[in-house]
Amino acid sequence: MTDIGMTDQAMTLKPTDHAKSAARLRRRHAADKRFRYYGIAAIGLAVLAIITLFTSIVGTGYSAFWETTVALDIYFDPEVLDPDGTRDPEVIRKANYATLVSHALYSRFPEVEGRADKRTLRGIVSDGARYTLQDMVMENPSLIGTTQHVTLSASGEVDAFAKGSISPDLPEAERPIKDNEIAWLESLEQAGDLDWRIDWAFFTSPDSRSPVLAGIGGAVMGSFYMLLVTLALSFPIGVATAVYLEEFAPKNRWTDTIEVNINNLAAVPSIVFGLLGLAVFLNTLGMPRSAPVVGGLTLTLMTLPTMIIATRAALRAVPPSIRDAALGVGASPLQAVMHHVLPLAMPGILTGTIIGMAQALGETAPLLMIGMVAFVGDIPGGPFDSATALPVQIFLWADLPERAFEEKTAGAILVLLAFLILMNAVAVYLRRRLERRW
Amino acid sequence: MSLLIAGLLTVVLLSGFYMARGRALASVSGHARQLHSRPSFYGTYVALWCALPALLIWALWSALDGTILRTMVMSELPQDVLSQGPEIIDLYMRNVISLATGGIASADSPELRELAAHYGRLQSIANWSLFVIVLGLASGGLLYSIRRIRPDLRARVKVERTVDWILIIASTVSILTTIGIVLSLLFEAMRFFDRYPVLDFLFGLDWSPQTAIREDQVGQSGAFGMIPVLAGTMLVTVIAMCVAVPIGLLSAIYMSEYAGPKTRTVFKPVIEILAGIPTVVYGFFAALSVAPVVRQIGQSIGLDVASESALAAGLVMGIMIIPFVSSLSDDVINSVPQSLREGSYGLGATKAETIRQVILPAALPGIVSAVLLAVSRAVGETMIVVMAAGLAANLTANPFEAVTTVTVQIVTLLVGDQEFDSAKTLSAFALGLVLFAATLALNVVALYVVKKYREAYD
Repeated sequence: MTDIGMTDQAMTLKPTDHAKSAARLRRRHAADKRFRYYGIAAIGLAVLAIITLFTSIVGTGYSAFWETTVALDIYFDPEVLDPDGTRDPEVIRKANYATLVSHALYSRFPEVEGRADKRTLRGIVSDGARYTLQDMVMENPSLIGTTQHVTLSASGEVDAFAKGSISPDLPEAERPIKDNEIAWLESLEQAGDLDWRIDWAFFTSPDSRSPVLAGIGGAVMGSFYMLLVTLALSFPIGVATAVYLEEFAPKNRWTDTIEVNINNLAAVPSIVFGLLGLAVFLNTLGMPRSAPVVGGLTLTLMTLPTMIIATRAALRAVPPSIRDAALGVGASPLQAVMHHVLPLAMPGILTGTIIGMAQALGETAPLLMIGMVAFVGDIPGGPFDSATALPVQIFLWADLPERAFEEKTAGAILVLLAFLILMNAVAVYLRRRLERRW
Repeated sequence: MSLLIAGLLTVVLLSGFYMARGRALASVSGHARQLHSRPSFYGTYVALWCALPALLIWALWSALDGTILRTMVMSELPQDVLSQGPEIIDLYMRNVISLATGGIASADSPELRELAAHYGRLQSIANWSLFVIVLGLASGGLLYSIRRIRPDLRARVKVERTVDWILIIASTVSILTTIGIVLSLLFEAMRFFDRYPVLDFLFGLDWSPQTAIREDQVGQSGAFGMIPVLAGTMLVTVIAMCVAVPIGLLSAIYMSEYAGPKTRTVFKPVIEILAGIPTVVYGFFAALSVAPVVRQIGQSIGLDVASESALAAGLVMGIMIIPFVSSLSDDVINSVPQSLREGSYGLGATKAETIRQVILPAALPGIVSAVLLAVSRAVGETMIVVMAAGLAANLTANPFEAVTTVTVQIVTLLVGDQEFDSAKTLSAFALGLVLFAATLALNVVALYVVKKYREAYD
């Protein structure tokens, strides 16, 4: 009955029904297309976010790698450096090198009068200039009494002005570089004495309160020692755990507990590991604050889950036939694992290790908890010295009010990102090159 | 010193290995087949005897010697220092240690110098006795074990049993970590709750963790009501999820359903880049670029936007979480069997209809669990909010105002000067406990959702 009814209906389709269904089909296809565009828009937004992020950081940070210099004719005045003519290194070391710089500036701009103007003039050259001169003289005392054309770092404001981050169009009261300074700088530039060079000191010097002197050398070394400790601990422990769970552990409740526990640890916020480090390593065991070794221990606990999960995946990828063959020719289970499975899984394990290390390198929050945020004006000489780490240095600088530190912060970020890209590239290379497919 | 010990230990260990291997081979005059195990197992057997006891003692020693030295020097402190509070003693001891190790001390006096010298003497005695003990144990182990080498010594069995134990011990490190986290948080939180009632902490509406420094100070009683902090965390998380879930989910759908293999190979890794950027970089980006833009836009439409608004922090956190949502949902969507799609296409459904009415319902448990994991990530995220969200605990739902989060408070309470007995620092551990419990609960629920509601298709 119903069949007949339906065919009846179908037979009596009116032309408008065709139009309706065509319209409905169009609507459905349009909806399909729209949905597709939503997807494209979502990916577009994500890519846009990446591009914005990178341009804003590269745009702020690239100038941190070079510095403006001022070349001056410095007269190494014996009256200032070594009034008694003893050439005693102690006397020479303690001499007032800042005077040499100011004398050179006064003779370069003899028209400058008045205390205030003279002070502004002295402000063209960086505070660090005196150490440059000190090093020169200490190395070569025969410079005393001669006049040399020396290239010195410019001060932070001059540097910012030369790099264009202080606009000369601002009203004079609002900019740190005044009109008379601009005139001096123009005169220096015309004489070819205002120049720029790559700021190697940024990579090698420790932190400083003055933006011109501050560098990432100390933080990089701190991160290095920390990663060393992390690697030395998390690699053996992680591989041992993974080998045990994957190859030897009996299937029982204890093994299940360990597995669930590792998965949960992987999702614990990093700052909680910082609290653990603070409570256990610092307060209970009395280890030194701000030391890379404590940071390394804390990061070890944090990266272990990542490491274990990656190693287990790598071990699982080795086909069982390899184990069976080894056992078949008389190897013990341990020999089968050590001599066959582990070497074959090594590329995967190394990839996981590098990715875990990259994660540890970028981690900040737990290090704040264990006191690695103290100002450290030295380059640490070992894992027990006070130190900061590169991401912590970025955090510290980002907090400072001076504009010059903004550039330094972005520069430090670029260095950090470069390290991370390098590590990930090595990981990808290892995976592509060495990983075998069975 | 430790480098020297490590070097000498390695020498003892290696020589033990080679001596034992040689001795084993010599005992059967070179016919390795007459040995119970392969020669290198005899070597490893001796090497383990050298290394394990020595390393164990060394590890114990380094964990304890700081505390023991401290107590020994502490007993020599002048009476007037000892009679004062633990903070003063602590400060005094810190100066002694700094002076002894060449660090920067905040005070200097002949007594301090004398104690520092005493500390230095004790330390060098400790170092030398460590040297003697560790190397003595190593050589003792060597002498003891090498004399036991005979052709019928079951070296392989013994070595393998030891290695088994080492593996088992390594696998308990993660359990110990969890126990350590739970115990340290609980213990310190309990100390906090001794000073401050639990209920006031959990349900209080006022968070201002300034405690009085002097007894007679007014208006600085310190209030530790968690609700505003929690509300701030939720606000930032909700904003982040509003960014991350649509973008992450839609891009995952596009990647797995629409995009060709070429687009996939290009754009998947590109989005994954977002996951590899350190959070401190996002924080800087939020504070430097996003916050001013948000503020400007807000002002141009006549809104009053705080310079550290919840919106800026939430937006950037959302960007950070996109790859998390997208890669997890991508896996889930890919695991929906192809037959479901084909059945839907066979009925004449368009791609969008198939996705919306077949694939997404099938993948829903997985997607929900992905979102829950992302939420747990957002709740525990620290650096972005530390750098871009505020410190003031406002109880507000307005995304343009400054709010504070659990993680921000933990950082501000514990960074800088701290004495470990004040309610102020201890409250950070209570917040940490809340954070740990919340993220753990989210993860457990996420796992449960997948387990309970997943449709088994195969």
